[in-house]
Amino acid sequence: MNFLLGAFKPACNISITFTDGKNRKQVPIKKDNGQIVMNPLFQSQETIAGKIHIDPYQGKKVEHNGVKVELLGQIEMYFDRGNFYDFTSLVRELDVPGEIYERKTYPFEFSSVEMPYETYNGVNVRLRYVLKVTVTRGYAGSIVEYQDFVVRNYVPPPPINNSIKMEVGIEDCLHIEFEYNKSKYHLKDVILGKIYFLLVRIKIKNMDLEIRRRESTGAGANTHVETETLAKFELMDGAPVRGESIPVRVFLTPYDLTPTHTNINNKFSVKYYLNLVLVDEEDRRYFKQQEITLYRLKEETS
Amino acid sequence: MRTLAGVEDEEKWLAEGIAGIQHNAFFMHRALDANNLREVLKYSALMLSELRTSKLSPQKYYDLYMRAFDQLRQLEIFFKDESRHGLPVVDLYELVQHAGNILPRMYLLCTVGSVYIKSKQAPSKDVLKDLVEMCRGVQHPIRGLFLRSYLAQVSRDKLPEIGSDYEGDANTVIDAVEFVLQNFTEMNKLWVRIQHQGPGTVREKQEKERNELRDLVGKNLHVLGQIEGVDLEMYKETVLPRVLEQVVNCKDKLAQYYLMECIIQVFPDEYHLQTLEALLAACTQLMPTVDTKIVLTQLMDRLSNYAASSPDVLHEFLQVEAFAKLSNAIGKVIDTQLEMPIVGAMTLFVSLLTFTLRVHPDRLDYVDQVLGACVVKLSSVPKLEDARAMKQVVALLSAPLEKYSDIVTALTLSNYPRVMDHLDDGTNKVMAMLIIQSIMKNDSCISTADKVEVLFELIKGLIKDLDGTNVEELDEEDFQEEQNSVARLIHMLDNEEPEEMLKIIYVVRKHLMTGGPQRLPFTVPPLVFSAVRLVRQLEAQGGDIAGEDVPATLRKIFQILNQTIEALSSVPCPELALRLYLQCAEAASDCDLEPVAYEFFTQAFILYEEEIADSKAQVTAIHLIVGTLQRINVFGVENRDTLTHKATGYSARLLKKPDQCRAVYACSHLFWVDDPEGIKDGERRALRIANAAQQMVNATRGSSGPVTLFVEILNKYLYFFEKGNPHITPSDIQSLIELINTEMLSDNGNTTIHSDPFFSSTLRYIRFQKQKGGLMGEKYDLIKL
Repeated sequence: MNFLLGAFKPACNISITFTDGKNRKQVPIKKDNGQIVMNPLFQSQETIAGKIHIDPYQGKKVEHNGVKVELLGQIEMYFDRGNFYDFTSLVRELDVPGEIYERKTYPFEFSSVEMPYETYNGVNVRLRYVLKVTVTRGYAGSIVEYQDFVVRNYVPPPPINNSIKMEVGIEDCLHIEFEYNKSKYHLKDVILGKIYFLLVRIKIKNMDLEIRRRESTGAGANTHVETETLAKFELMDGAPVRGESIPVRVFLTPYDLTPTHTNINNKFSVKYYLNLVLVDEEDRRYFKQQEITLYRLKEETS
Repeated sequence: MRTLAGVEDEEKWLAEGIAGIQHNAFFMHRALDANNLREVLKYSALMLSELRTSKLSPQKYYDLYMRAFDQLRQLEIFFKDESRHGLPVVDLYELVQHAGNILPRMYLLCTVGSVYIKSKQAPSKDVLKDLVEMCRGVQHPIRGLFLRSYLAQVSRDKLPEIGSDYEGDANTVIDAVEFVLQNFTEMNKLWVRIQHQGPGTVREKQEKERNELRDLVGKNLHVLGQIEGVDLEMYKETVLPRVLEQVVNCKDKLAQYYLMECIIQVFPDEYHLQTLEALLAACTQLMPTVDTKIVLTQLMDRLSNYAASSPDVLHEFLQVEAFAKLSNAIGKVIDTQLEMPIVGAMTLFVSLLTFTLRVHPDRLDYVDQVLGACVVKLSSVPKLEDARAMKQVVALLSAPLEKYSDIVTALTLSNYPRVMDHLDDGTNKVMAMLIIQSIMKNDSCISTADKVEVLFELIKGLIKDLDGTNVEELDEEDFQEEQNSVARLIHMLDNEEPEEMLKIIYVVRKHLMTGGPQRLPFTVPPLVFSAVRLVRQLEAQGGDIAGEDVPATLRKIFQILNQTIEALSSVPCPELALRLYLQCAEAASDCDLEPVAYEFFTQAFILYEEEIADSKAQVTAIHLIVGTLQRINVFGVENRDTLTHKATGYSARLLKKPDQCRAVYACSHLFWVDDPEGIKDGERRALRIANAAQQMVNATRGSSGPVTLFVEILNKYLYFFEKGNPHITPSDIQSLIELINTEMLSDNGNTTIHSDPFFSSTLRYIRFQKQKGGLMGEKYDLIKL
């Protein structure tokens, strides 16, 4: 492939390696074309360092007006395709204009980079971090190579974490009281709680707990809101009677969740909700949605 | 709509479900073989999803469940082996909870949970508690029941009971009990709930389905009963109150009935005994539609058996005042359950009585108390008409009879006759018969007038016509049977003490005289004989009874006898009366009471003359008279003459010649009594009568059988001859023999076959006497053959 591509491609191959690339944790990222690739994982304030190799193809030389590497944090709206918004942009000049005849290696380092936002792949929006190497050429167009990397930021457990407790109902029809043990969950957390039936006059078939993600992009009149149901977890089968209390225990591990993102660079927000749904025998749905905050807790070891 | 098509559809759905299970089980097995945990979980969850169906009846669902169950066993083996799936069991415990559907999730969780307990990586009580809590998520009755039954099954051998591997510092038998109790409570709730779902039209079907499911619930109680280490204390403080609370609060008749039954069957007797109060209190709180009586009956049966099992336990019954408690409870149940048919109440009383008799055989007051309660209940309802209730009352009354082989005991129960009063006439009779039979069977003797009085009060249904009895309805055979029993009973009334015996006779007579013409022929004879026996007893003792002089007493008795027999004239029943008169006469004669005896004879003769018209009866009567008269030796010459002449006269006036003849030669004995001081004054007369008889025979000549008569007369001749009557000479005998021979010749070809052997035997006898020699031989030698 590379060989064939080389026929049309500029005459060099650029590769980027990270200093601790072998030991760094890799996480899967879904690319545009649906492919899953593994990318190295960083967090804010980390130093991102490595080497860039420029390898001209056999017998070719590369003339250039300079070589640079950029670290970009981009937000990309899908409805506004191609229009990236860079919220972070750092540049390192690697070489003065000249010619490269053989493999050449440039070390680079961005120390203690501020990367406040996490990598995010949503329905309408994407936030990504990328290293961009540019070999500037005057006449034939620059040669550009990208290397994605993932940023995740860990937060300590919130000092205040109240439970969610609420009584809801439809008059003379259904009254329930539900309680979730917390309002803020980390991504590997377990939601514990119970649903207490105070009045049941409808024939309930089952009860599910859904985890919904609400992604809103844009601002003002241009706001797009997209809601996805990420999990549908059956809590109860059959019709309870008055006084019955149904336990809730939902492990969050199996689901593809991200932390809650609020107003990221004024571009987008991601919020999570627990949606308690009761379905009656005529498939009518009765539900109550509660927002929860998700956060990423530092993992002990990984 | 739902009937036939429903069944077919169900078959189809079941087949589909089974196919689904098999399909996914196949892939599950493949994953098992590959030790691929993720796939195993995926396919096992899919397989278990088949159990989410709502379309099957409990029976069909069970079928499906069993198939899944078999597969789960394989899965459990896989889970157990960490080397195969590579995950610590605690992680596995979390992992299976990721399943999105609750039913497969819970089945998997229970399966892993059982492995988890076995691994002892967590205290079994925590795991059990978690499982039983999480199962709450399945609220569908049938699915929930089966799920919890699965939980009960996989946890059965992992309870931290005493002596098990899982018992330890943190895990005690209390935890085991708590777990089972909680599972039981939840299952029962689910089970009861079936009843309240769906429209009323399918109620019946639901009840049937629920019945099919009940053992799933009851199994928990069995487990409770088997948990090692549940001692009385714990049972009393924890197990029973919790179970009963559930039973009472579920307010469902099917469940209440079944669970009470279970409780009674599952737990040991001594526990029941010690917790009787709680148990009975629960019984009184059951729904009115629950058949409490069966529950109580079973309880009492068990306790009775327990009491019977060993005498050592009896003191426990006393200690807990079992009787008082049971009695109270039954009273309450009967009071509160107004709809309970009377038969129900009676059944309860029968059980209570059985219990009492077994446990407190010495406490007659208890028995009486039960009967008393029964009377109260019976009095509160109109006349008893329910045949089954009647049967129960009979059982109630029979129980003491069976227990106390001595009927006398029963007679002291003051409420006994009051209960009998509530029976209808037919049943009353049946009961009376039972009483009599009991007396007969046990050969018990009723020996005081008071008891006799009570007894006759009890059996009055047999003694007299009760009001409103339709006489025509009576079955002749039954009636005879009844009256014969009464007659037999009279013989069981006996006392060595003549004075008391006399009183008894008075009492009996008083009652019997009310019996009416149909009964008298049966009841008078035994009474008469009973009195006669007393007479003879007195006579034998020769002494006096407590100050009164014997003859006076005797006269009094004879007077009673006379009156008693006279009562028969109203029947009328002359033959019987005649016999009785003669009996009395004989008795009087033995007592040297000539006038009395004479009086009886007079009565007999009057009867003969006035009442006995049938010729055959007359013959019998004459023979009886003659026989009796012959034996009586109390009469003076004059009286005797009068009587013998009368008798002879009657004989001669019989209708048929042979009868006359026979009667007359029988009369000959009256004039010749073979007794040293006997009357031999009539020796001449005896011969004359014999001759008269002979003449009568002649008169019968031509008719059949005169020869026989001659032979009979010959025998009489021989008798007197042997006894030494001087008027019977050998020549008389010889001439008679010749006469017979001639008769036989002339009669030849006629019917002599019968008399021939008789005659030749007679002749042989004469020859024998001749050969024997001695005094008699010499005498006989004079007879020439």
